[in-house]
Amino acid sequence: MFKSKEEYLEILTKGIWTENPVAFQVLGICSALAVTVKMSTAIVMSIALTAVTAFSSLIISMLRKRIPSNIRIIVELAIIASLVIVTDEILKAFFYDISKQLSIFVGLIITNCIVLGRAEAFAMANPPIDSFVDGVANGLGYSMILIAVAFFRELLGSGKLFGFSVIPQFIYDLGFQDMGLMVLAPGAFFLIGLLVWLKNTLPGISTEKR
Amino acid sequence: MGDLLSLFVNSVFIGNILLAYFLGMCSFIAVSKNVETATGLGFAVIFVLTVTSPANWLIYHGLLAPGALSWLGFPDLDLSFLKYITFIAVIAAMVQAVEMIIDKYSPLLYAALGVFLPLIAVNCAILGTSLFMVERNHTFIESVVFGAGSGTGWMLAIVSMAAIRKKVRYADVPEGLQGFGMTMIIAGLMAMTFMMFSGITL
Repeated sequence: MFKSKEEYLEILTKGIWTENPVAFQVLGICSALAVTVKMSTAIVMSIALTAVTAFSSLIISMLRKRIPSNIRIIVELAIIASLVIVTDEILKAFFYDISKQLSIFVGLIITNCIVLGRAEAFAMANPPIDSFVDGVANGLGYSMILIAVAFFRELLGSGKLFGFSVIPQFIYDLGFQDMGLMVLAPGAFFLIGLLVWLKNTLPGISTEKR
Repeated sequence: MGDLLSLFVNSVFIGNILLAYFLGMCSFIAVSKNVETATGLGFAVIFVLTVTSPANWLIYHGLLAPGALSWLGFPDLDLSFLKYITFIAVIAAMVQAVEMIIDKYSPLLYAALGVFLPLIAVNCAILGTSLFMVERNHTFIESVVFGAGSGTGWMLAIVSMAAIRKKVRYADVPEGLQGFGMTMIIAGLMAMTFMMFSGITL
């Protein structure tokens, strides 16, 4: 039932780096960007998505031989939606302020292409533990992009990280200004575009042609 | 009336569901390679949004909202946590019904939209609109206008993106930026132009 450590490591690196969901499968950006104005919301969103992806992969993989193939999408959606409800209730109970800021975007994990994509592409064909590791890996790969975007948006947009000012006052006195564009929607689009560019020029990753 | 018009303009331009809230990105990137298919999908989204937004309003305020079941003798019952699973089921059912109705009564329209309808069931713009409608406490009429406005805004964005991508194919884009990266940069520029409308008050 269990595989060697190396095999799990391979599944992990595939999800986190070489086949990173946001950049290469063009999945899951839907709900990602609106919560990247601040680091704190981005991190909570990442944890929520990683947990939902991992556990939905685990549950779907355990049930994969019992789900009739013609209604599998509905079954998968029902499992994912139930997990999202649990996540949302936990956030409301323990992190009420952040849950208010995330507003509808936790609910939108249901339609996040990564979760359903991993369920379809991996969990339906692989044993539970593999699927769980794959879910964690894809969740972390997504978190990496999300947190990177949030880092630059919060740093350049409001000069803060986690709500604390990190840019010293003398730089402002020299004429530096916060970049208002980064806080607004276009900033996120530009950052994602530039990150993809950076990733495509780094070695070790298959490149996508137009 | 003025309020409704202002809500419509707001949801088409300033609060554009795609360019301001990043919803419906998956199909936006996958289907924006060709203007005709983008237009077809755009109309399908407008149609489904205009139907599902009020349908979910009725279900939420009739069954799920806190105290909505008082007519059954449960004044303290709060089922609003069930909204995610209910909305996604309503959307999937609606899309299926719309598909069958169009197939029966208008084969021509079905031939044009049929391929896209199943895709729409998992489009985050549809679920997002229903959730926004609950969060912003819209009335029933407002939910219809908000649904139609969001759909129109989404269509406007995807059709212009398809047209721009057609031109970009002849441009000299740096190698690593080709494809997805360039699409995001264009989307950013489009989002900036849509924000210019934020000065409008009706």
